[in-house]
Amino acid sequence: MAAGKGIDRRGFLSRLTAAAVGGVVWGGFVTEGKSAALVLRPPGALPEKVFLGKCIKCGICVEACPYDTLFLAGPGTDAPTGTPRLLPRDVPCYLCTDIPCTAECPTGALDVSLVSDDGGRTLDVNKTRIGLAVMDYENCIAAWGLRCDACYRACPLLDKAITIEHTRNERTGRHAVLLPKVHPDACTGCGLCERACVVEKAAIFVLPLEVALGRVGNSYVKGWEEGDESRIDGTTGPADELDSHPLDYLNSGDLQDD
Amino acid sequence: MALTRRDFIKQAAAVSAAGAISMKIPASAMAQAQETEKGWKWDKSVCRFCGTGCGLMLATRNDKIVAVKGDPAAPVNRGLNCIKGYFNAKIMYGKDRLTQPLLRVNAQGEFDKQGKFKPVSWDKAFDVMAAKFKEAYGELGPTGIGVFGSGQYTIHEGYAMSKLVKGGFRSNNLDPNARHCMASAVVGFIQTFGIDEPSGNYDDIEYTDTAVMWGANMAEMHPILWSRITDRKLSNPDRVKLINLTTYTNRCSNLADMEIIFKPQTDLAIWNYIANEIVYNRPETMDKEFIEQNTVFTTGHTDLGYGMRQDKNNPKYAAIELDTMNKQFSKVLSEAEGKTLAYLGYKAGDTMEMKHTAPGDCFAHWTIGFEEFKKGLEPYTLDFVAELSKGDPDESLDDYKVKLQALADHYLEKDRKVVSYWTMGMNQHTRGSWVNEQAYMVHLLLGKQAEPGNGAFSLTGQPSACGTAREVGTFAHRLPADLIVANPKHREFSEKIWKLPAKTLNGKPGSHYTKLLRDIEDGKIKWAWVQVCNPWQNTANANHWIKAAREMDNFIVVSDGYPTISAKVADLILPSAMIFEKWGAYGNAERRTQHWKQQVTPVGDAMPDIWQAFEFAKRITLKEVWGEQKINDKLTLPDVLADAQAMGYSPDDTLFDVLFNNEDAHKYTWPDPIGEGSLNTLAEGDKRKVAGFEGYGFFVHKYLWEEYRKFGVGHMHDLADFDTYHKVRGLKWPVVDGKETEWRFNAEYDSYVAKKAPGQKFAFYGPAAKALLAGDLKGPHKGDKVKYDNKAKIFFRPYMDPPEMPDKTYPFWLVTGRVLEHWHTGTMTMRVPELYRAVPEAVCFMNPDDAAEQGFTDGDAIWIESRRGRVKVHIELRGRNTMPKGTVMVPFFDERVLINKVCLDATCPISKETDYKKCAVKVTRA
Repeated sequence: MAAGKGIDRRGFLSRLTAAAVGGVVWGGFVTEGKSAALVLRPPGALPEKVFLGKCIKCGICVEACPYDTLFLAGPGTDAPTGTPRLLPRDVPCYLCTDIPCTAECPTGALDVSLVSDDGGRTLDVNKTRIGLAVMDYENCIAAWGLRCDACYRACPLLDKAITIEHTRNERTGRHAVLLPKVHPDACTGCGLCERACVVEKAAIFVLPLEVALGRVGNSYVKGWEEGDESRIDGTTGPADELDSHPLDYLNSGDLQDD
Repeated sequence: MALTRRDFIKQAAAVSAAGAISMKIPASAMAQAQETEKGWKWDKSVCRFCGTGCGLMLATRNDKIVAVKGDPAAPVNRGLNCIKGYFNAKIMYGKDRLTQPLLRVNAQGEFDKQGKFKPVSWDKAFDVMAAKFKEAYGELGPTGIGVFGSGQYTIHEGYAMSKLVKGGFRSNNLDPNARHCMASAVVGFIQTFGIDEPSGNYDDIEYTDTAVMWGANMAEMHPILWSRITDRKLSNPDRVKLINLTTYTNRCSNLADMEIIFKPQTDLAIWNYIANEIVYNRPETMDKEFIEQNTVFTTGHTDLGYGMRQDKNNPKYAAIELDTMNKQFSKVLSEAEGKTLAYLGYKAGDTMEMKHTAPGDCFAHWTIGFEEFKKGLEPYTLDFVAELSKGDPDESLDDYKVKLQALADHYLEKDRKVVSYWTMGMNQHTRGSWVNEQAYMVHLLLGKQAEPGNGAFSLTGQPSACGTAREVGTFAHRLPADLIVANPKHREFSEKIWKLPAKTLNGKPGSHYTKLLRDIEDGKIKWAWVQVCNPWQNTANANHWIKAAREMDNFIVVSDGYPTISAKVADLILPSAMIFEKWGAYGNAERRTQHWKQQVTPVGDAMPDIWQAFEFAKRITLKEVWGEQKINDKLTLPDVLADAQAMGYSPDDTLFDVLFNNEDAHKYTWPDPIGEGSLNTLAEGDKRKVAGFEGYGFFVHKYLWEEYRKFGVGHMHDLADFDTYHKVRGLKWPVVDGKETEWRFNAEYDSYVAKKAPGQKFAFYGPAAKALLAGDLKGPHKGDKVKYDNKAKIFFRPYMDPPEMPDKTYPFWLVTGRVLEHWHTGTMTMRVPELYRAVPEAVCFMNPDDAAEQGFTDGDAIWIESRRGRVKVHIELRGRNTMPKGTVMVPFFDERVLINKVCLDATCPISKETDYKKCAVKVTRA
């Protein structure tokens, strides 16, 4: 799902720089960008670096949001001032099917094609990737065996983005553990789960994809999963150019003790 | 069918071993309260919420509840809880807890119905309340007052109120919100077995091979039991099957092997299809020996109406409402009814006149032979029932038929154990009593009842619907231990225990919960007291009741912990102590009685409901209530003051002195070793000295308990003594010789079987309604009644339409219900910030195609409107409930989405339980 969205280490750093520059230009605060990696953007947002390049901080998406989910980052926060963001624990994204925030973006910083089928003709809000819900099973009371699964029931894509895994509770011998499990291929990052979580600090929370997800290399394909090969489309294989010669190694140093 | 003794022992051993190996019970789980080094005191209690009855351990420090944990030693939950249970420690500490009495007053501080609420002293509150009581009682007699009780009363509270209202006021106008919840189950039990409450228990889950949910969303409404069902499924996934019968996809479908979406009301037809399959196509599946030995075939009248008002020209009802209400008098039969009622000579298009709407006629039933029973079932073929009952227009009829057939196969399969579970789907039903009886019909035909893993099991909603509403009998027609007011012998027995003069008790059943509200609207009740419930939010057709409370000449008192919709329409509000601020006991759905001790002092000036009852009773003297009292044209209660004097009472004695502050009560002294180290506001007062109160000087709860249990001991309702319950994690009654009863009516487990029917394997020994006339499907024959001791009844009950169905103007079915996160009207859970945040408002679940057709998108605000009223609500097209086309669902917990303004107050005519699952609505953009 994250194809095209993975940002490598260098890209990540330069994005930080871009963010910081944006801050300077617009609001004069240089510290804001430091943890911008944890900022959640509206549906259809381009990768953060590109997004920040295109967003003109006009606030139209915030105006368009019927739930007051979106707000403009203020000065002194962890996002460039004036850029739209959301904090799902306060107000999650309700995944409007007409996606007004994205649809009304004048610059394409929120890109309709990212939340559409047929190259932009049919909106499909389920393609939204605000981020990914991540679970802290240590503090998830469902993992303790309590009957919670509030996040599951709150999920607008329940049984797809969050499913319940049933296992036996060996301690009691007669109950089951109903454990919520997030599926990155369907999770929109809307944060309805984070908002619903009943523990003091949510044990399920949305992180930007680049923070939440690891990344496997592109030299291994799952032999048991049809289509996994497409994951490494465009891979060119190892570079032809070798950066050191074996002779350097073989001829250097001495293995004998002094 | 029969599990051999050896198999059973093997299985039982395996189950208990699994438990034993993995059960680790920390020392702090011991039943006795313990002080820990943190200064926390841990003590056992019970969850405040549903009928599951999970055990809790509570920690208190500095007179506050600081923490809670599931009780690892509690057999029901073994240390687990759901998220409502998780927040028990917070429910008493909402920011807007009521802490002082509030009265509507004018500028001079005197009561004024149009005034605003202002704080008053407890004395002033009781004085006004008593003056208003005497006005209403003086004008209208015992029927002019009413008390709304609860399945969330503690057992002691329900018992005290029953004694005060029935014994003291001589009124039977006491009815609990449990009427809305399981009255149909009660009728099912009483008519089938002659005694209330299930034969099985929760351990059936671990013994059964098949759990069939019939209108029971256990995944949300009985969360801990659902986790047991899940575990059972995981223990043997190939063998154990779960089937979810429901009118929309709910969270049980997530785990179910098969989901059957049926059209509202057609559960009646589906049960009959299973029976048809048994008696017509596979008679060899009947347990003939069991049937012969233990059952008798019966039926009753069909033209019962639908429990709606009987007055045709009530000016308070608009013409549009009368469309539906007139079906109380007659109805034109539908195509389906033409077939299902053909045995009575009807055909489609005929008008059925409702001739048997009187309570006695509704309840009446008589024996029919097996052949007549079989004849009644004839129309319910697979083809007919599939066509009638298929609830999802997008499902193919063939696919649906395969499912119905498979459902029947699971029931009929030899050696397959089956438990049928139901909650509100079958109980809140205009033929709720019938459909309960149909469940027993199928189980009894197959001999799959009253055995481990086999049986039909009613899951109650409330924590003490069983323990208080039913066992104590806080219903308008009941007395404790299944006794009824209409039976002179039962009244005599009760008068002896209560030490009342003979003929004090009133033999005319009072008004049921919905009728209490109708009586208020009719000016027949002018004084009402609401305890532990929220009638103005939880009762269908709410616009009428709100208007009646605010605009008519009456006085309404609401006792509650928090300001509810009912408090808002009241005239006087009394702040009540909540669960852990008082001693108490609840009885759960498996007959398990569980007691707890007072853990903390109530907040503010809040006081326990029993204290409120006693203080009010101090203001009523015998001469004000025990003189001659006219009930109706046929019944006048005699003056019993002379007899009272002969018993040593004076006409100037108060009801408090006679009923509660008597010689027997004072035998239960305080302090008592069982309460060592515990608070006891009623016995010794507390640090606050509210209204100068310093305690009654005796152990009120122990006295009430020990007196109450006299009703049931030796009468198949045996309860253990007070102290025992404080040492154990609950016991399932009957508790005989210190031993609880696991499966009733089965000689292996129930000692009453040997007493009632020596040598028999089963005895369905309940004594109620056992003398029957003989007859055929059309009616009883003349003759003498025959007694059928120890027999269960197999009822034939036909399919009939509900009184209101979707049409062109109101094209949708409306179903109401609940969500896991909130308890009933949200009085407690909406005040727990975490639960509020999890589900902050009630939404309307709707099928996406229906929404698209109306031009709605997810999250739109819409009006849901019926003939009775409308509410604004946001729609949800994805989420926990997936609706078939044509049906919408709205939970009732949210007072801002007062869906009961829309619902129809039609009831099962036998049980008087409202059908909250069916009425017709239209939806428009708001």
